[in-house]
Amino acid sequence: MREFQIYRWDPDSQGKPSYASYNVDVNSCGPMMLDVLFKIKDEQDHTLAFRRSCREGICGSCAMNIDGTNGLACLTKVDRDPSKKSKIAPLPHMFVVKDLVVDMSNFYAQYKSIRPYLQSKTPADATKEGGEYLQSREDRTKLDGLYECILCACCSTSCPSYWWNEDKYLGPAVLLAAYRWIIDSRDQFTAERLAQLDDAYKLYRCHTIMNCAKVCPKGLNPGKAIAKIKQSVHLSHAV
Amino acid sequence: MPVGRTPRVSGLQRQVLHFYRNVIRTAREARPAESQQILQFARAEFERYREVDRKNYQLIEHLLRKGTKQLNLLQSTEVIGVQLHRAAAS
Repeated sequence: MREFQIYRWDPDSQGKPSYASYNVDVNSCGPMMLDVLFKIKDEQDHTLAFRRSCREGICGSCAMNIDGTNGLACLTKVDRDPSKKSKIAPLPHMFVVKDLVVDMSNFYAQYKSIRPYLQSKTPADATKEGGEYLQSREDRTKLDGLYECILCACCSTSCPSYWWNEDKYLGPAVLLAAYRWIIDSRDQFTAERLAQLDDAYKLYRCHTIMNCAKVCPKGLNPGKAIAKIKQSVHLSHAV
Repeated sequence: MPVGRTPRVSGLQRQVLHFYRNVIRTAREARPAESQQILQFARAEFERYREVDRKNYQLIEHLLRKGTKQLNLLQSTEVIGVQLHRAAAS
């Protein structure tokens, strides 16, 4: 048996947030934190609320703060040492909706603001490839390490800069996505994208703290992408 | 308090009042049938939390965020209205 402390808050109960303690036999459940959460929800407390979907680290729903580090519950292994206890909290500095569920609307609105889709100045059927945007292998490899982002918000919510300026600073996840479209050879709005980001808050609140790269469950490096955006803005073309 | 003077409201109270006015404004722009339903729904939601302690600002702010989110949804062009259904008392 091992102890798990989980953040609980139910707005309808009108009570204050608190940590509830659950004892789980880790040998009778799966290896990941998500398995433990399921076991608690199934056997001990049906009222526990958390988001989950794919259980294999591709949907990004189960992002939470586990033992002080942001991560996906489905990709975080549980330490089997029974003397230790785990503390599970919602993503830091996000508004809690219930228990481990946080309000992501600001994060999604910021993502929407960078126009995360291919923008073209020539109509698609006018391209010589017959309506398709072709790309060379070299140009495609530039997107590796960027397109894998699943928008779980682990990086953004681990960034102190984002904690203090989440209304104005876009945060590592959104900037990584922005760089994905800036560097895409098929996108024709690179200059406009760079002009939109050239802002003391939106981009330059990144002080290379690099928590983002440390916590990313997909092993990406948003800090590097942000550095590349800064470089691109400086040279006024994508690098 | 002197007679005829409006009671002093806190910042949070002002936010809630402002939000309620926004709801009424949104309802007025909807078609008459939906307009009534929106008002009914908003009223029911406000009544549900009437007894919330005024010092429980954490909950009030949460409800304000929840309400704003619902209002934004209601203001989007794809959404026509909202309807309140009461389960029949058994």
